Amino acid sequence: MIVVVDYDTGNTMNVKKALDYLAIPNQLSADPATIAAADGLILPGVGAFQKAMAALAERNLVPVLQQAAASGKPMLGICLGMQLLFETGYEFGAAPGLGILPGEVVPIPAKQGFKVPHMGWNQNQAQRSNRFGQVFDGESTYFVHSFYVQTAARNIVATADYSVSIPSIVQQNNVVGMQFHPEKSGKVGLAGLNAFKEMVADEHFSRN
Amino acid sequence: MLAKRIVPCLDVDHGRVKKGVNFVDLTDVGDPTEIAAAYEAQGADELVFLDITATNEKRSAMVDTIRKVASQVFMPLTVGGGIKTVDDMQALLKAGADKVSLNSSAVREPELITAGAEKFGSQCMVVAIDTRWQADQNRFQVVVNGGREPVDLDAVEWAKTAVAKGAGELLVTSMDKDGTKSGFDLKLYQTLTAAVDVPIIASGGCGALDDFVDLFQDTTVDAALAASVFHFGELTIADVKQRLREAEVTVR
Repeated sequence: MIVVVDYDTGNTMNVKKALDYLAIPNQLSADPATIAAADGLILPGVGAFQKAMAALAERNLVPVLQQAAASGKPMLGICLGMQLLFETGYEFGAAPGLGILPGEVVPIPAKQGFKVPHMGWNQNQAQRSNRFGQVFDGESTYFVHSFYVQTAARNIVATADYSVSIPSIVQQNNVVGMQFHPEKSGKVGLAGLNAFKEMVADEHFSRN
Repeated sequence: MLAKRIVPCLDVDHGRVKKGVNFVDLTDVGDPTEIAAAYEAQGADELVFLDITATNEKRSAMVDTIRKVASQVFMPLTVGGGIKTVDDMQALLKAGADKVSLNSSAVREPELITAGAEKFGSQCMVVAIDTRWQADQNRFQVVVNGGREPVDLDAVEWAKTAVAKGAGELLVTSMDKDGTKSGFDLKLYQTLTAAVDVPIIASGGCGALDDFVDLFQDTTVDAALAASVFHFGELTIADVKQRLREAEVTVR
């Protein structure tokens, strides 16, 4: 079972609708025991970094998510949910994230001809040919964000060109992040969610 | 690079898609979910749903429509028409909309834009502006109530105000061009893109493939919205994108 972490953020229902459409068994939950027992976790997110971290902390989910990641459980962060996986965010001052992946979340630099937020369909270029790189290489997906992740090149699976090169997919072992919204990116977005389901199934199979 | 977006607009009345030609005549063209799925298959980048009913039960009908569409169609959805409160916005966003679009209600109460932006973020807040050239005043004039009621407001000034209040995108319809199939109002969009810094969706006037090329080559708008040319199959989204690609405009 994939659990979508339910902490009152914008895109939760749309992620669930996409999983339902794909007939991927899933449930919404903010219950630490349910989250700890899940085969895989999806952390959605829309809005401001600090407010989202506060919403996770309020539900006592920060250590639960950190332990789940450390235990090798497949985890997918989407949009702000991806940004929260990193060490530090800089929206309204520096604030700690979950610290599961090394890196920082900084503003997209303003530049002539590049509006912020980065909103719309942009093309992904795979930097690694793993299961997510293969699905998204050359494909356009739907982005809405004003901040982006800075992390070591080895953690970057794909990028999108904007005023800077934006990491659009990151991965370190069992933890994956997508800066775009797979649940709003048509067929290819659904294929990306399916790839995560397969990752969860492979992990489940290898453990049992 | 961001792709220029092609956005079909669906007018919805009591859960059924209609298209008002010049905002008046209605022709039934069907079920929102089926039409949305067809447009997704054609390569639409986003869909706008405009609630054109004016009765009390409509809010729940529209929420229901969006919930159904969002469970089958996985692309950005914008909903406008008759949104008057933050609760209206919340119900639509929760049902699966990504953005809400305010028109007359924002003109009457600009603070509504701010209230929505503070709660949901500017990226959720679209302000729709219907406008026509007012020659004696040498300005684009704002028209509200579905294009029926001119108000004493300069559209460019109103666009700036709306952005200052928290609008993250503007959907601007030229009433002079709407229904004419004589091309987009390039002067309007050149003026607007010079005045504000948020994405602009151009609407009104397209009739031929080259109208889209002219729009994206001669202005810096981000998206083009159309209804009847797509609804009645006069143009397909795939054809529009092919022509744009040939003209070296970035599309998905």
